[in-house]
Amino acid sequence: MATLAIRDLSVGYGPVRALRDVSVDVPAGAITAVLGGNGAGKTTLLRAVSRTLGFHHGTGTGTIRFDGRRLDGLRPAQVVAAGVIQVPEGRQVFARMTVADNLRAGALGARGGRRTTAAALDRVHALFPVLAQRAHQRAGLLSGGEQQMLAMGRALMAGPRLLLLDEPSLGLAPLMAARIAETVQEINADGTSVMLVEQNAAIALRLATTAYVLDVGEVALSGPAGELAASDEVRRRYLGVVDETAAADATRAVDGPSRPLSRWSA
Amino acid sequence: MTTFIELLLGGLAIGSVYALIALGFVVIFKATEVVNFAHASLLLAGGYVTAVLHDDIGFWPALGVGVAGAAVVGAAVEFLVMRRYRGSDHSVLAIVTIGVDILITTELTRRMGTEVLSLGDPWGDGVVTVGGITLAQTRIAAFVVAGLLITLFLLAFRYTSWGVSMRAAAENPQTAALMGIRLGRVSLSAWAVAGALAAVAALFLTVFPTPGLERATSFAALKAFPAAILGGLDSTTGALVGGLVVGVTESLATGYQGDLSFLGRGIGDLAPYLVMLVVLLVRPAGLFGTKELARV
Ligand SMILES: Nc1ncnc2c1ncn2[C@@H]1O[C@H](COP(=O)(O)OP(=O)(O)OP(=O)(O)O)[C@@H](O)[C@H]1O
Ligand SMILES: [Mg+2]
Repeated sequence: MATLAIRDLSVGYGPVRALRDVSVDVPAGAITAVLGGNGAGKTTLLRAVSRTLGFHHGTGTGTIRFDGRRLDGLRPAQVVAAGVIQVPEGRQVFARMTVADNLRAGALGARGGRRTTAAALDRVHALFPVLAQRAHQRAGLLSGGEQQMLAMGRALMAGPRLLLLDEPSLGLAPLMAARIAETVQEINADGTSVMLVEQNAAIALRLATTAYVLDVGEVALSGPAGELAASDEVRRRYLGVVDETAAADATRAVDGPSRPLSRWSA
Repeated sequence: MTTFIELLLGGLAIGSVYALIALGFVVIFKATEVVNFAHASLLLAGGYVTAVLHDDIGFWPALGVGVAGAAVVGAAVEFLVMRRYRGSDHSVLAIVTIGVDILITTELTRRMGTEVLSLGDPWGDGVVTVGGITLAQTRIAAFVVAGLLITLFLLAFRYTSWGVSMRAAAENPQTAALMGIRLGRVSLSAWAVAGALAAVAALFLTVFPTPGLERATSFAALKAFPAAILGGLDSTTGALVGGLVVGVTESLATGYQGDLSFLGRGIGDLAPYLVMLVVLLVRPAGLFGTKELARV
């Protein structure tokens, strides 16, 4: 049974149509990737799930269910309480607050009591030891990679059942991007479903079981991640593969320096 | 020298009261980015409730009800008025608060008429003299109570979950919402806290040597504006420093009015605004502010 089921979702920002009849399933326990270039509507999709479209004067139609329960119509805090937590694009750590207070803020929407929060903090510190070392430092002083860790750690404080990640590798050096990817796998292995939005198709397709490709607000392709990675179109458009040697490179590259999405070269 | 010390101490005491008002003002601004021009009317409401009740139920209970009452009025303004305009431009919201201010102040002044109401405080016109320095008991009480409340507030702001959600919402509302922080509650609590602090300030603005609560009290409350602005509208530290600066400036300028007569009469009332202008010329975001004031 699908954990998150998005059906016929259309979203507009005033006259701008950002999504049209998008249907996406995020099965329980798996990692599902959503790929697409700039402006494809990936962030909009996550905003619709987290119910923060209102901050952008966006409106939508369609249904979003989490374990059968309608999320559309809820307030952001209720979505969080249902266990669907988003790590927003660009990390958005609370720069003027300490690392410890950022993590505390992450726990504010959780249902569990003190003990659950303490356990969550231990787990976050185990996943990202640097957050324990920098606990009393202002979050704004962390490096980009550390801020991404903080943003993910903050989301984990809420005890997510489904984690929504918006371009976690954005702006990170390949090594750091690979570390984040590893952690996403680790979090998933602990039983949290993940919806991973990425432009970096190479990383995303390696991690995910299923993947969707958004193109100008519509689902252009979807299927098992392996099949998509092998499909000519995805290779050409999203993995920047032009010939067979490069194709082999791209498949291997995911562990080392990863290739950014190369729509432009397509 | 004695005069100077007396003026300085008196200025710090009244300054701590301005700081209380400015703090509430800053809390609302931080939580909602709204410049609350209705702040003085919250203060008047708290003072009025205390004034009409103290004869019947005694001073301290009356003060308690006044504080609670002002908190309720603040929360009601947020819930009944500001919430309807959520998503509007911040300058529109600021203008809405002007409307609210006129509404509340008009109703209260209609009830008060030309009367000057006593709040029934226990200090009267008593003074304390130590080492040749004389201070009104009311000023000492003001300093102690305001100091306690400010400390309490800062501790809560820093260490409680309420404080964390306030700061998170102030810094990035959308991300705060993604953490499950309810922005409506944050804004409601900001208005309530601001109202409660203002009610306490109302007490100390109307005790000796001031005759009592009257329409003009809201003008005295307005001095918290230069305090908040010169401190930096979005800084709690700024509100404290700003309050003290305004209090001391006003006290010294009034005390040495005779020597400053070349500046014209009433320099005491004007001085806080002059200081504010000078500060803003040097630091447009205020002493401790982080956001450009243009953002208002
Ligand atoms: N706040 C907004 N107001 C108006 N239009 C918006 C807003 N946010 C996004 N859009 C528009 O909606 C479309 C989808 O944008 P969205 O941010 O969802 O894309 P994205 O796939 O996340 O892109 P990127 O990879 O660059 O982050 C774009 O055409 C964009 O211009
Ligand atoms: Mg995006």
